[in-house]
Amino acid sequence: MIAAMLRRGTVRGGALFLAGFSSACSGFQSALDPKGPKAAAISHLNWFLVITASVVYVIVIGALFLVLRRATTRPIAFARDDSDEPVRERTRVRWVASAAAVTALILLLFLFVDVSAARSLSQVGGLRPLRIDVVGHQWWWEVKYPDEANPQNIVETANEIHVPVGRAVFIKMTSSDVIHSFWAPNLDGKKDLIPGHETRTWFRADTAGVYRGQCAEFCGHQHAKMAFFIVAEPRANFESWLTSQQSPASSPSDSLAQAGERVFLSGTCAMCHSISGTGAGSHYGPDLTHLASRRTIAAGSLPNTVGNLAGWILDPQSIKPGAKMPPNQLDPQALQALLAYLGTLK
Amino acid sequence: MTARKLAVAALMATALVGCKREQRRFRELPPAATASNDVIVSELQPGPAFVKAGMRNPYEDNAYAVSEGKNLFNQMNCSGCHSHGGGGIGPPLTDNEWIYGSDPQNIFATIIEGRPGGMPAFKGRIPNYQVWELAAYVRALGGLQGKAVRTTRDDHMMFKESEQARDKGHPEPTFVPPPSEKP
Repeated sequence: MIAAMLRRGTVRGGALFLAGFSSACSGFQSALDPKGPKAAAISHLNWFLVITASVVYVIVIGALFLVLRRATTRPIAFARDDSDEPVRERTRVRWVASAAAVTALILLLFLFVDVSAARSLSQVGGLRPLRIDVVGHQWWWEVKYPDEANPQNIVETANEIHVPVGRAVFIKMTSSDVIHSFWAPNLDGKKDLIPGHETRTWFRADTAGVYRGQCAEFCGHQHAKMAFFIVAEPRANFESWLTSQQSPASSPSDSLAQAGERVFLSGTCAMCHSISGTGAGSHYGPDLTHLASRRTIAAGSLPNTVGNLAGWILDPQSIKPGAKMPPNQLDPQALQALLAYLGTLK
Repeated sequence: MTARKLAVAALMATALVGCKREQRRFRELPPAATASNDVIVSELQPGPAFVKAGMRNPYEDNAYAVSEGKNLFNQMNCSGCHSHGGGGIGPPLTDNEWIYGSDPQNIFATIIEGRPGGMPAFKGRIPNYQVWELAAYVRALGGLQGKAVRTTRDDHMMFKESEQARDKGHPEPTFVPPPSEKP
């Protein structure tokens, strides 16, 4: 009965394990659900290695059990005729030698497949790639879209990378403080961001969607809350997004938002954040020119709602202890005005 | 036995120093409107004597705060005038000549209230704890912090270029053959 229970338990555990495994196969942050050529190459390599290694494992363990079984059924040494020992020895040597040769061949095959996958990763998949600059900060991502023809059209945003579907994206990265690592498993492998040094990567999204990325190199207290989103959208949508992001913030029209703008510019906010079109031009914190158009705040920690924004402004340390944003003391009217103003930054 | 006890006590004391050096505070106070009124620089008081509020820098001898202060020093553009501590438009901060005093309270007051001749007042612009971090860094620049948290000189203020920043070209050959071997 206990055996039956154990068996049932194993079955249930196995089912749970399989369910967990299959849920990991799809998702907006999963290396097993590739949405671009780089992630697909890595995924194919992964499956090839896993399946080959599993087959080898099953064969080796099966052979071991076969040998153990034969050893128990064979007569013991002193009771049998050993006249054919040299022949049997030769057969054994032949078996071991051919197994070693097959192992070496499989390892050579692994090497070949691995090197060819690495080659395909290093070649940018597409002409005229879109260039994006990423700077890692403790604990958020600064994203810039430089425009070489019109340098004043540079777009600055944070923690949200919009890319057109089907076009290669070439990213130059660096860090302002410690080593971070850029990792969006649906599209790309990991690439470190190193202070004082420029690293490069590229990816291409072949399916529209929102993919989550995450810092993959421990970088301090809030390493876990240093996420970003890659929004892959059709070309027309991307172009209209880029055009809207290039425009500076327009002055608010209603009096409450105007009061909020004064709060922003006369208090502590403007010391770290910039809003193009106003006097706030500091680049210590994220650029807020189009804050209301973003999906999340605090590097993917919270959905971008008015309530979350209010909580974040008043006491960021309760949401991300150690974050560089200081707590702020604002009276209710000033806070409401500030929230109204930030809401106009579409 | 006593020697061992002493050794243990000394070890624990060292550990305590380490606690202070690496301490990080996650719940800072919000920037109060009355920031500058907390600081008392003068010993003289009008009226009957009262107990002086113990206003001291919570970040003295704290390495993390000093390094945060160093970041803020560049981010808040202190370097724009004080040039990484070397001085330019503003006075240098790496020497021991202090126009408005070198105590943490003096430096706090200087940052918060500003000083004639170009030092802007940061009152209401940056929270108190960041001002204290800046004060801790400025004192470290002047060599007034404990040895354990003293910062290295800023890269811009080196006597000569650091080895990492130097040209990686091949070094000049220094070997000169002796005269007898020359043709």
